[in-house]
This record gives sequence, structure tokens and C-alpha cells, in this order.
Amino acid sequence: MSKIVKQEMMGMNGDTACAYAVKQCNPEVVAAYPITPQTIIVEVFSEYVANGEVTTEFIPVESEHSAMSTSIGAAAAGARAYTASASQGLALMYEMLYIASGLRLPIVMTCVNRALSAPINIHGDHSDAMGARDSGWIQLYCENSQEAYDTVIQAWRIAEHKDVLLPVMVNIDGFILSHTLENVAVLPDDAVKKFIGEKKIPVVKKPSGELTPYVLHPDYPVSMGAIDLQDYYFEHKRQQAEAMKNALKVIKEVGEEYGELTGRRYGLIDAYMMDDAEIAIIVMGSTAGTAKYAADLMREKGVKAGVLRVRSFRPFPRDDIVKTLSKVKACAVLDRSISFGSYGGPLFTEIRSSFCYECEKPIIINYYYGLGGRDTPPNLLENVFSELKRIVETGKIGEEIRYLGLREDSIDSVNYKAELISFKDLNTGNIGGK
Amino acid sequence: MSEEKSWREIPLGGLTWLHSSEYKTGEWRSFRPVVDHNKCTRCMQCVIYCPDIAIKYKPDVNMIEINFDYCKGCGVCAEECPVHAITMVKEKE
Repeated sequence: MSKIVKQEMMGMNGDTACAYAVKQCNPEVVAAYPITPQTIIVEVFSEYVANGEVTTEFIPVESEHSAMSTSIGAAAAGARAYTASASQGLALMYEMLYIASGLRLPIVMTCVNRALSAPINIHGDHSDAMGARDSGWIQLYCENSQEAYDTVIQAWRIAEHKDVLLPVMVNIDGFILSHTLENVAVLPDDAVKKFIGEKKIPVVKKPSGELTPYVLHPDYPVSMGAIDLQDYYFEHKRQQAEAMKNALKVIKEVGEEYGELTGRRYGLIDAYMMDDAEIAIIVMGSTAGTAKYAADLMREKGVKAGVLRVRSFRPFPRDDIVKTLSKVKACAVLDRSISFGSYGGPLFTEIRSSFCYECEKPIIINYYYGLGGRDTPPNLLENVFSELKRIVETGKIGEEIRYLGLREDSIDSVNYKAELISFKDLNTGNIGGK
Repeated sequence: MSEEKSWREIPLGGLTWLHSSEYKTGEWRSFRPVVDHNKCTRCMQCVIYCPDIAIKYKPDVNMIEINFDYCKGCGVCAEECPVHAITMVKEKE
């Protein structure tokens, strides 16, 4: 068997774990702008820079748009570039996200998932990352701070793989992971350095057959991001789709190799007690931990409950998910973001469409949960399991799309509705005011 | 593009590998500047104004020369010429 490296236990929150992993990776450039709940990453990392613990060029930019632009420039010049953001910050990066993926630059970013305004809210939900789900970035969602540390290290290997060459977004739940102290086993610096290896530059073949390095270098002049119209844009997007497909294999391989080193294996999905499960919860991020606990409680009661955590949302591991869920009788997909007007949340719609032509398929219902950091304690997840159990027993599905942890509404109350008046009515004084 | 290639045949990321001088933008032209060398005073305003650096002064023959590989036919030279020595003529089919 392989040798597992001796690791040191450190008390760290998710943000510090990310910053510590980045310190050990020692990228050439870090350009970041602080935003709650990602701030600790930038703070801690700037301390490493000030203490001379890294050789990184730390660029304190004026906005997230600049943070991503700087990372793009650095990566185009062949450097390893890291950045981190959340919520409105990620939203401000939006147009640059597509440029990073379109130019095939292996940037690594931690997105500390937080709700989007308005109304303003700094707590954890997946709305920010879901807004960027089609941006061509690989999206990995972490369950705990240990995984955040491990995933930031693996992210470089995934991003820089010759068959992938795509940016990677490592998602951790705001506050629940970012600000909560945990025991994190860390590798020695040289083991991390050896694992991620030396930064390599892709070499591409011109249609003439000549080779050219894909990097901005004065001795090898190329143009990146030139205009690409009806004749070739579509072909380049097809290449990105292929790279995403390749990433499915690479994420697994890198996760296995990391497992050999650390004893902690990672894949596209994380199946917990799914071998004989009759009912299951499918979820991403930190809530998977709570769901696993709730599954344990249900197992004690003799209910065959399991949890399927989706670690890689982009690329979407359709085959692995179908294989894991095909024997399940009923399952609930938990979505921590709303795609307004859509029939179900982003994870739900994708999982349900995966089963469209399958002969064996479970009953699939959807729960929205935890928006704006709304607490999702074990009893709520137990309720979900109980509801699934009832569906299996009675065969009655009821509402397909539900809300978990939302206060019961009184059907008589109409306060959420509005009446319209004209501006001149403001002068009559009939409707309050000073 | 004369010969279009499939997605497997082209480099990733929309990489363009030719020097910008190798892209002959003169193909875009629909109007061609014609210089009347008798009127021209060699003031070189056109050389300065040309946005494509497509007009050069040749000291050996003491004449203005337009490089039609790059001249897009924008007409700035004709507009700026103080003695109206440049006229824009429609390109023939």
C-alpha cells in the first residue's frame, strides 16, 4: 500500500484553511479584494506575504472586477494566480469569469458562498455561485474546512491538467465553514509542493503544424482574446465543453492521488450509506454533514436512509449520480438557491433531467433550504427523511417543490401584496406619511 | 476565412498566432484613396493621420505611397489633405 504522509492537526476555520493551503502552494500572484465572509482569506494571506512566508506578488486591487482581471493577466503570462470572493464580489467579477474560462486560464478561486442583495444579507447560501454556474468554471463544493484545505490544493492539479485547462472555483459555505473553527490535518509544505508540482505552460499546434507556447511571452508573440466571430466562436465553445467533460475524469484521478498521499479520498460525489438506501437526501456543501447525522439517526430507527453529496456541480457527474440513486425509492434534492421562475432549484432540475430516460428511477422532490444563512438543524433534515418515508409508504407525492425551514404561512394574511396609487395621491395624506 | 477548420483542428482559447502585420485588413476596403501627385505638397499630414500607418513617405522618389494591404479605405487622409490631393474612388468588383 501507499505511504500516507504524516500530517499536523491545526485549529482553523474554512477561510484560514484556504489561506494556509494557498500559502503552501505559493502561487506567483494573488489579487483579491476583501468581502465578508471571505475577508479572513485575504487578511491571513496578506500576513503571510508581510512575514515573508510566501514569495507571492500580492496585489491589493480596487475591486473584484480588477481582482479577476489581474488574475487573468497573471495566468496569461504563465503564473499561478489565486483569488477569492463572495456574493456581490463574485457578481462584480461576472464578465471576467467568462474571459478566464474562455481563454482557458487555470486560475483558482475560493468562493465563500453568500446570499446576494437585495435585501442585503452576508450569510451563507449558494445564490452567488449559481449565478456563475454557466461561466465555464469548474465548481467544487466543500463539506468542511478539511475539504476546503484539501480542495484548494487539488484545484491546481485539476485546473492545470492538459486535458482541462479551465479555472476552478472552490466553494465553501459562508460562516458555517468560513468562520467556524475545526481540526484540519495539514500536509508538510514540501508534500504540497511536490503534489502540485512545477507550473507548466501549454503548447498548442497552429493549423500550419508549427508549435507555439500558449503564454504571453515577448519571444513568442501571440494574441489572446482576439475577436472571434460566426466562423470560429462556436468551435471554441465546443472545445470548452470537451474540457469540462475531461474534467470529470481528472477530478476523480486527482482526488484518488490525493487520497494516496493523505488518506482522504475525494471524487465527484460523496455517497454516504447509499449502498442499501431506500430514501436519500441530495445536497451540496456543509449541510451534507448535518444530513449525514440525520441519516444516522434514521438508521437507528431502522430506516434505510442515505445522503448523496454532490461535490462537483460543474462538471455535473450525471452518470455517477444516476448509478447511485437508481435503486433508491424516493429522494429529496436540497437547493440552497432559487432560480426564480424555474420549476425547481438548479440541482433539482439537473438531477431530475438526468433520470429522464432511465427505466429505474426514484421519486424526486425538491426542497429549497437555508437561503440567507437560515439555519438547517438536524431535526429539519429528519423531517425530510420522514416525509420521504411517508411518500414511499403511501405512494402519495404531494407538493414536488417545497420550502424547508420557512415559517408556516397564514393563508388569510395579504400583507405581502401591494396596491398601486399614483404620485399625486401622496399629497392627499390618506396613506400615512409625515 | 477561406478554409474553415473543425473544433479539433484549432488551438484552444481562441489563440491567434500571426503577427498583426500578417492580417491583411486591406480586404475590408470599399473605397480606395487615389493621390494626385501633382497637387500633393508632401506636407505628410496624411502620413500622420492614417490610423493604420498605411501611408509612407518615400524620400528616394519624393512621393507618398499607400500600402493597400492595410488601407481600409476610411478616407481620413482625403478629409485631412489641405490641398485636396486625395480622392476616394469606389473599389471595382
